[in-house]
Amino acid sequence: MGTLNQLVIGASIGAVLLLAALGLTFTFGQMGVINMAHGEFIMAGAYTAYVLQPLAGDQAVLVALPVAFAVGGVLGLILERLIIRRFYGRPLDTLLLTFGISLILQQAARDIFGAPNVQVDAPGWLTGGVDLAGVRIAYNRLFILVLAIGCVVAISLYLSKLRQGRRMRAVMQNRQLAAVSGVATGRVDQATFFIGSGLAGVAGVALTLIGPVGPTFGTAYIVDAFLVVVAGGLGQLKGAVIAAFVLGVLNSFVEFWTANGASFAKVVVFAVIIAFLQVRPQGMFVLKSRALT
Amino acid sequence: MLEVKDLHVAYGRARVLFGVDLQAPPGSLVCLMGRNGVGKTTLLKAVMGVLPARQGTVLFDGRDITRAHVHARVRAGLGYVPQGHETFPQLTVAENLQVARESTPKARPGTLDEALDLFPALRGLLKRRAGFLSGGQQQQLAIARALVTEPRMLLLDEPTEGIQPSIVQEIEAAIRQLHATGLTILLVEQYLELALRLADHFVILDAGEVVRAGAATELHNDEGVRRLLAV
Repeated sequence: MGTLNQLVIGASIGAVLLLAALGLTFTFGQMGVINMAHGEFIMAGAYTAYVLQPLAGDQAVLVALPVAFAVGGVLGLILERLIIRRFYGRPLDTLLLTFGISLILQQAARDIFGAPNVQVDAPGWLTGGVDLAGVRIAYNRLFILVLAIGCVVAISLYLSKLRQGRRMRAVMQNRQLAAVSGVATGRVDQATFFIGSGLAGVAGVALTLIGPVGPTFGTAYIVDAFLVVVAGGLGQLKGAVIAAFVLGVLNSFVEFWTANGASFAKVVVFAVIIAFLQVRPQGMFVLKSRALT
Repeated sequence: MLEVKDLHVAYGRARVLFGVDLQAPPGSLVCLMGRNGVGKTTLLKAVMGVLPARQGTVLFDGRDITRAHVHARVRAGLGYVPQGHETFPQLTVAENLQVARESTPKARPGTLDEALDLFPALRGLLKRRAGFLSGGQQQQLAIARALVTEPRMLLLDEPTEGIQPSIVQEIEAAIRQLHATGLTILLVEQYLELALRLADHFVILDAGEVVRAGAATELHNDEGVRRLLAV
């Protein structure tokens, strides 16, 4: 019973990690851009739900999902066009710049919404939970899990079935070859950043279901999100999914087994990832070809 | 068709090309030769816009494309097969071709079939990831990928380098066939014998400058040329 309970909690934590990390599999994994402002795009998505609350009532979360995707996407696009595109191939400069942008966005949120946290009400149909084999699963956690799975399926279909997705994969694998194949790589970069940042917005809306929203809301997730992408293998959606759930379940079990709970679990998760990356620096999955294997 | 005038190219402070002039008339097959490191690949990259020109002009069909984006040059009719049988390794053979095909919105419907007719072996490999093809198959895919963009001129950078002999013959036959259809070709090739069989014009680079150019017939039994190409 305890094991099943921890597995369910772990899956729930994994879904949250995955949602926060999905956008980064695009911007960091596919483009190699270390965007420290990704957490603030999550925060912007969360505040989008808060802003829509007076209009949409307790359905704000649902209404906000597409709107937050657009808000996050546009913010990402502005960042890419104004700043990041001038710093491609300069990861440390990008890291520093986007860290500065994240501080500016946090302060902007403080100025607009105030420093105290605000609450987004969950829809009525997300209160309560379901009993599964004696384990209580909250509907809001279940919603996050379903949303994460839905996003993964949508991204997979986009990358494999659509022309734009194929171009994105081509640019990721060989930017110069994509250009000489006629692909306008600059436009693909814009689309990649829009989608990656839009997914951060969606994650922000979902995360309002498990906690209040504040100006530093996104920073709580940014490190974990990067860990998921690195452990899964850069640009590898499959790797990100597995890494998120493995880390979630590990976190859940360590919290359960130890008296010190959350803090100790974090230490153990970090230690495991460091050890894993020592053995396999490229992450779980890596691009394979005759030339690379 | 292609006219390069006084082209200077550098990698940072390292200058590689010093005022290169080159012409490829419509329907010609020009072979660009020279020892390793003389700037052949650099010249092709500069023509495609992958490397910026420090000075000079690149004219294609009389239009100055020196500052045009790479993808704009492809749409203008320049096709490029880089050195080293490059593909998108995680995409299937079909996807490799689709990416290039879809980037040329005005391409004719039969282009893909024509490219596959040239290399029939690829038909049976359409669902295989390009990274798992042999070097020769990857080179055939690389040429087919360039062809589906419907180029009017094809730049080939050492297409037979490191390829098994049987596929070298297929690639040579394909180049001959493409030339026969009227496609203008600029071929970088180290092997003089192959160049003699295919080219109707030649250009020899040495230390970033054109040192010899003329009709391919002039290459026969020219000891000066052999000295310029000797390692």
